[in-house]
Amino acid sequence: MSAEIELRVNGVKHKVEAQPDRMLLGVLRDELGLTGSKYGCGEGQCGACTVVLDGRAVRSCRMALADCADKPITTIEGLEHDGKLHPLQQAFLDAGALQCGYCTPGMIMSSYALLAKRHFPTRQEMIQAMEGNVCRCGTYQRILAAISQAANAQKAGAT
Amino acid sequence: MTRIAKRPQHLSDDCESDLNSGESLLSEPERYELREEPRYRFEVDRRDFLKTLGGGIVVCLVAGVAKAQRPARRGGGGRGGRGRSTPQELQAWLHINESGEVTACTGKVEIGQNIRTSLTQAVAEELRLPPARIRLIMADTDLVPYDFGTAGSMTTRMMSPQLRKAAATLRDLLLDLGAKELSVDRGTLAVSDGKVSHAATNRALSFGELAKKAQLTKKVSGDVALTPPAEWKTAGTSLPKVDGAAIVTGRHEYASDVRRPGMLFGKVLRPESLHAKLVSVDLEKAKALPGVTVVHDGDFVGVAAPTLHTAEQALAAVTAKWKTETTVSDAQLFEDLKKSDDRDNGGAGFGGRSNYSRGKIADGMKAADHKLQATYTISYIAHVPLEPRATVAEWNDGKLTVWTGTQMPFRVRNQLAQAFGLADEKVRVIVPDMGSGYGGKHTGEAAVEAARLAKAAGKPVKLNWTRQEEFTWGYFRPAGLIEVSAGVRKDGTITAWEFHNYNSGGSAIRPLYEIPHQRVAFHPSDGPLRPGSYRALAATANHFARESHLDDLAHAAGIDPLALRLKNLTDERLRAVLEAAAKKFGWGPQNKPSPGRGFGLACGSEKGSYVATCAEVSIDSRTGKVHVVRAVTAFECGAIINPDHLTNQCEGAVMMGLGGALFEAIRFDEDKIRNPKLSLYRVPRFADLPVLETVLVDRKDLPSVGAGETPIVAIAPAVGNAIFHATGKRLTSMPMVPRGLKI
Repeated sequence: MSAEIELRVNGVKHKVEAQPDRMLLGVLRDELGLTGSKYGCGEGQCGACTVVLDGRAVRSCRMALADCADKPITTIEGLEHDGKLHPLQQAFLDAGALQCGYCTPGMIMSSYALLAKRHFPTRQEMIQAMEGNVCRCGTYQRILAAISQAANAQKAGAT
Repeated sequence: MTRIAKRPQHLSDDCESDLNSGESLLSEPERYELREEPRYRFEVDRRDFLKTLGGGIVVCLVAGVAKAQRPARRGGGGRGGRGRSTPQELQAWLHINESGEVTACTGKVEIGQNIRTSLTQAVAEELRLPPARIRLIMADTDLVPYDFGTAGSMTTRMMSPQLRKAAATLRDLLLDLGAKELSVDRGTLAVSDGKVSHAATNRALSFGELAKKAQLTKKVSGDVALTPPAEWKTAGTSLPKVDGAAIVTGRHEYASDVRRPGMLFGKVLRPESLHAKLVSVDLEKAKALPGVTVVHDGDFVGVAAPTLHTAEQALAAVTAKWKTETTVSDAQLFEDLKKSDDRDNGGAGFGGRSNYSRGKIADGMKAADHKLQATYTISYIAHVPLEPRATVAEWNDGKLTVWTGTQMPFRVRNQLAQAFGLADEKVRVIVPDMGSGYGGKHTGEAAVEAARLAKAAGKPVKLNWTRQEEFTWGYFRPAGLIEVSAGVRKDGTITAWEFHNYNSGGSAIRPLYEIPHQRVAFHPSDGPLRPGSYRALAATANHFARESHLDDLAHAAGIDPLALRLKNLTDERLRAVLEAAAKKFGWGPQNKPSPGRGFGLACGSEKGSYVATCAEVSIDSRTGKVHVVRAVTAFECGAIINPDHLTNQCEGAVMMGLGGALFEAIRFDEDKIRNPKLSLYRVPRFADLPVLETVLVDRKDLPSVGAGETPIVAIAPAVGNAIFHATGKRLTSMPMVPRGLKI
């Protein structure tokens, strides 16, 4: 049975007519046209579909719509403001922390949730927070460098 | 039990014919890369592309102009000549418009190796133009010259010089035009920043102004001097990824992101086993669902529906009976590979090219103080590109357009043309920069399937494979069994080397060590799973066996592994990377690992580039967990075009290589893949990350060659040697520690 569900994505409200057990990723990509979140495995193992839901990094491929209703959702499309990249996006570019880039939106969203909680995560905390995200091209070292750079940039921006 | 054909069994006859055509998927994997396919012969001036770009100057780099002017040596019947009087191969083209913006076209595909950036640098260098004013059109078969595919590390070696030649020719042309317009001697003009300028009179004309005046199309043979690497200003620098901003914002459209008006979503019915024939199928329930198109064509059964959810429901409503065939399971794999070696074919055919013999093994063994024998095994592994195969297919007035992720757009065009009985020009394949491939996307399965569904539905159809489909219906890096026996003298001189590779492949099978008595052979076999290309092909397997065995020889002779290698090496380039890696790592008696840790090194060469890796591992004696703490890689691939991207490739290759070295393996029983999911198939993650250090050896005196593959070949043996160093245990299987190390 489909129902009307309200999603709050990147500050915009969307009414979606869908089965409550449908997964968020498909709705973001196919209904709302937000294709920045990627399908990689469908079982919450690769992190390519990561979005931030109510402040938490979640795997949108395993997140039923019913559990997302009326909660703030941030996707990769929501990070850039007025043409200005988010410090994390800039840091990924500066650190050259990507090759094919397919994992990058998910990597950035996981990092985003981490930095919201821990302004200066240790290397071990970063690894722990990012362990669910796979970069098959193997740019992990650069991604850690990018997160550190963004942490510093956020601090500089805050003071 | 039957020997099975290693390809999908579910396509209709016309689809199968494409899979069975000349370049069969059943064949030995190296064939994907190393064989040159017949080139197309375009009539340059017929291409609509040249009209659609509007005014300006087009430079077409055409091979064969010079040859065609000579009398034909073999008459008119040569391959590809087909009686035409002036066969010409269009290799590259460049366009400059009236605003001075340059468009370069290439059939190569961006898969994360950053060639969109490095090729832009190559063009920018020769045109003395800022990279921001250059746009690359890649891998759109309607717009770019024929290209055999993105494989074999050929882009930097072949495509980059071709684009540079076209760009250098365009620069020359602009100089000629400038000289004419300014009525000065061309030697007094300079080209920089998109302008041709005359210093003496302080006059300049922009490329755009010159292009506006010229309006011409010029075919050139590319017989032009290129800027030597020592004088490079744009090439040779770490230009950031040119389309990086589109990726970090999520704006870049991968093939899986493409949407078309009225598009449906497709699903394909997969057999319940790897090797199955469709016996019967009931489609009635699926057909009854609103808006659903159902296709049954031979063994192919698929559906298309307005939403993916409906397509999944429709597919679930299909009931089918399959006749299952079985083959060996992974438990019998290695025994089977050796048994099924086609010995009659060992010295001929493809395998024969890898075979090499010099001296007499018996003589070499006689001269040895230590003789060692070992057998190594290599498991099947999966590429696991994070973006599974994906396609949107659309038919318009009998013309088929597909957006798909493949490393071989023209080959997929060919597959589609054959599958649907179309002329090549009725098929357009567009490959958006893709979610990588690592050699795993040389084929067009999803494209053929989506096109079949779209044809039936009369609407565009998107077909994105699931991870499970990607794991099951793609192809694998071949498994292999390698037998090595060798002899070494007390002083470390290797006297004999016999090396047999069953099934995994012939890449880099010959040692670069100076060994007087050698016998090296690749024995193609008939393995149970569908084999295909993989990053560096069998070079990884062959280096693993060779460099592990070298370490054992060093140990037997009581000689340091680095010293043993240097003693038997004359290749200066290999010595240089080995010494560079060892130096950076701090290899030597002064540096001893702490308890529970070990050091190992390995080196090698493939596709014209050279690599050495030193690794430090730690082993948890309680859990048996092996962690690579540090890996130092030295790499040399001629003149470096982009140092940061090259470092990135080296780091990434080492990281990916750790998976195959330590834990990646496809597990299968007689008719199924047992671990077709990321929760069951472990790939390297953040916690596996060593401290990665890279030393680039820049040889500006040597031509640039590719770097996407070779840096992967040394990590597995370096890690194995480090484990041996720490524990005295020689691990001979890749992966080495899928369940940890029992000490």
